[in-house]
Amino acid sequence: MSTRPTWQERPTLFGLTIKGFLLTLIVLCMIYPIYVVILTSVSTAQAVTEAGGLVTRPSGLSLDAYRELFGGGVVTRAVLVSTGVTVVGTAVSLGLTILAAYGLSRTNSLFHRPLLFLFLLTFLFTPGMIPSYLLVRELGLIDSYWSLILPSAISAFNLVVMRAFFMNIPGEVIDSARIDGAGDFRILGRIVLPMSKGVTAVIGLFYAVGYWNAFFNAVLYINDNAKWPLQLILRQYVQQGMNLVPNTRTYDTATGALPPNLAIKMAIVVVALVPVLIIYPFVQKHFTKGVIIGAVKG
Amino acid sequence: MAVLKSRTDSEPAGDLTSPAGSARRRPRPGALPFRARLRRDWQLLAMTLPAAGLVLVFHYVPTLGNVIAFQDYTPYDGVAGSPWVGLYNFQWLFSDPEFWQALRNTVTITTFQLVFYFPVPIALAILLDSVLSRKLRLFIQGIVYMPHFFSWVLVVSLFQQILGGAGLLAQTLRQHGHEPWDIMTNPDAFLVLVTAESVWKDAGWGTIIFLAALAAINQNLYEASAVDGASRWRRMWHITLPGLRPVILLLLILRLGDALNVGFEQFFLQRDAVGAHAAEVLDTFVYWRTLMTGAWSYGAAAGLFKGLVGLILIVIANKVAHRFGEQGIYKRS
Repeated sequence: MSTRPTWQERPTLFGLTIKGFLLTLIVLCMIYPIYVVILTSVSTAQAVTEAGGLVTRPSGLSLDAYRELFGGGVVTRAVLVSTGVTVVGTAVSLGLTILAAYGLSRTNSLFHRPLLFLFLLTFLFTPGMIPSYLLVRELGLIDSYWSLILPSAISAFNLVVMRAFFMNIPGEVIDSARIDGAGDFRILGRIVLPMSKGVTAVIGLFYAVGYWNAFFNAVLYINDNAKWPLQLILRQYVQQGMNLVPNTRTYDTATGALPPNLAIKMAIVVVALVPVLIIYPFVQKHFTKGVIIGAVKG
Repeated sequence: MAVLKSRTDSEPAGDLTSPAGSARRRPRPGALPFRARLRRDWQLLAMTLPAAGLVLVFHYVPTLGNVIAFQDYTPYDGVAGSPWVGLYNFQWLFSDPEFWQALRNTVTITTFQLVFYFPVPIALAILLDSVLSRKLRLFIQGIVYMPHFFSWVLVVSLFQQILGGAGLLAQTLRQHGHEPWDIMTNPDAFLVLVTAESVWKDAGWGTIIFLAALAAINQNLYEASAVDGASRWRRMWHITLPGLRPVILLLLILRLGDALNVGFEQFFLQRDAVGAHAAEVLDTFVYWRTLMTGAWSYGAAAGLFKGLVGLILIVIANKVAHRFGEQGIYKRS
C-alpha cells in the first residue's frame, strides 16, 4: 500500500464513500453477470424453475448441463474446432509475426524500408468484405479451416509492437553473438526471444483470443454447420435462443431429470468464456508495457 | 567484420544531436554493394517474407480486387472477363435509400459514442489513478480490462440474459409485479444499448493509455500547487487534464479517421432483434445486400466508398494532428 504524499489533504468521508461506491458498482457490473451465468449453468432443473429463470442464489447444484454438452454432439465438436483453430492459428500467427518483427528490426538491412512500408500501409485501408470473400472463394478455402486462419494471420499492429520491442534490445548484445558466429535465426531463438517473454506472451494472447473469438470470418467462410466454431454455436443456441435439447426428449428415464435448457445455454456461454478467464491472469501483468509501446511507436 | 559493424552502427540511436553520436563515422546504407548486403541480410529477408507474402495475398490482392466495383462482375466471367460499367454501381448506390439509411445510422452511432463513450475511459482512469492502494488498483484494473477479451457474441448474449425480455431484470421486475420492458428489441433504445455494450466491453481497456499518461505527469506540479493552496478539483483542472491533453487529442483524431468503422459483429448480431432501420450500418448493409443476393459489384462499390471515405478521414485527421503539434499515425515526411 503506497502512502499518501504529505502535501495531499486527507480525503473527506463523503468523498471516500462516493469513490468506494462507484468502484464497487463498476466491479459488480463486470462480475455479476458472469457470476449469474456460471451459477445458472451448474444449477439443477429445480433451482432454475424456482428462480423463474437465471439463478442468483445457489440452491441445487449439478453438472448435468456440462455432461450434456460434452457427451458428444454439436458443442463438443465446436469446442474441438475452436481449440484446433486457436492452437494452429496462434502458432502460425505468432511464429510469423516474431520472424517478421525480427527481420524488420535492423533499420539498415536490405529492403528494410519497402518491406516495413508493406505492413504499415495496411493501417490505412482495409480491403473490403466482398473482394476478400471472393479471393477466399477463388482459393478454394470456403469450408476449409484455413479460411479462419490465413486471411487474418498477420496483424500489422502486433508486428509493429513486437518490432518496437526487439529494436530496444541493445545492439551490442546482438553484435557479440554475431561475432561469435551465430546467424540471425540462432540469435533470434537463443538471445532475442528469451529476452522478450513478456511481449511474446501478450501478443500470443492477442492472437489466441482473436482466433477463439473469431465470429465473422466463420459466418462468411464456413457454410457447413458441422464445421462451425464455438462462437457460431453460441449465437445459434444462446443469442438466437434455439434449444439444444428438444423439449420432447426425456433425458434420464431413471430420475426424470432433464438438464434445463437455460442451464445448457449458460453452460455454452461458460465454455466460450473459460479459456479467456484462465489464460488472462497470467498475461495481465505484461499488458501495460505491450500496449504502451504499441501506442507510442505504432 | 566490417560487414557486421556496418549494420548495427548505423542504427539511429536517438543520440543524433549529441556530439559523440555525430562524430562517429556512420557508413551509409548504400555503402555496401547489393550482393554483399544480400549475403549479410538473407536470413532477415527469409524471416520477413512469409508474413509479407500473407499480407500481399490477403490484403493487397483483395484491395486491387475492388476494381469489380467498376464492373458487372460475375464469378463465371471472373475479374478479367466481366464487362466494365464505369460508375454505374455508384450511381445505383447513391440512389439507394437503404444505403443512405445505413450511412446515417453509422454516422449517428459514431457521434453518439463520441459523446457518451469517449469520456468514460478518461474519467475511469482518473478515478483508478486516485486509488492509493496499489494492490486494490491492480485488482480493479484486472477486472475492468477483462471484458475486452470477450467476443461480441458473448457480450451481446450476456446483455440479453441480463436486460433482455426473458432476462434477469425482466424476471425480477415481473416477480415484483411490474411490467418488464425489453431493451434488447427496442429500436428507439438501440443507440443507448450499443453504447452501453461498448462501455462495458472496452471502456476499462481504454483506460490503459490514460493511466500511462497520468503516471507520466510530474508529481512535483501537484505538490507545488497544493502548497500554493489549489484544491483537489483545481489541481485536476489545471494539471491533470492538461497533462492528458495530448493523449485525448491523439485518440480523438484517431477516432475521426475511424468514424465509419463502428464495428461489424455488434450490429450484425443485433440487427434482427431491433430491425434494419435502426441497426443497419455500412458493413452490415454490404453483407446483406451482396452475400444474400450475389450483387458482388454493388457490394464492392459500397465497400470501396466506405474505404475511400475512411482513407480521406485518416489523411484529414493526420493533418489536424500535425497542426496541433501531435504525431498522428504517420509522420509528416
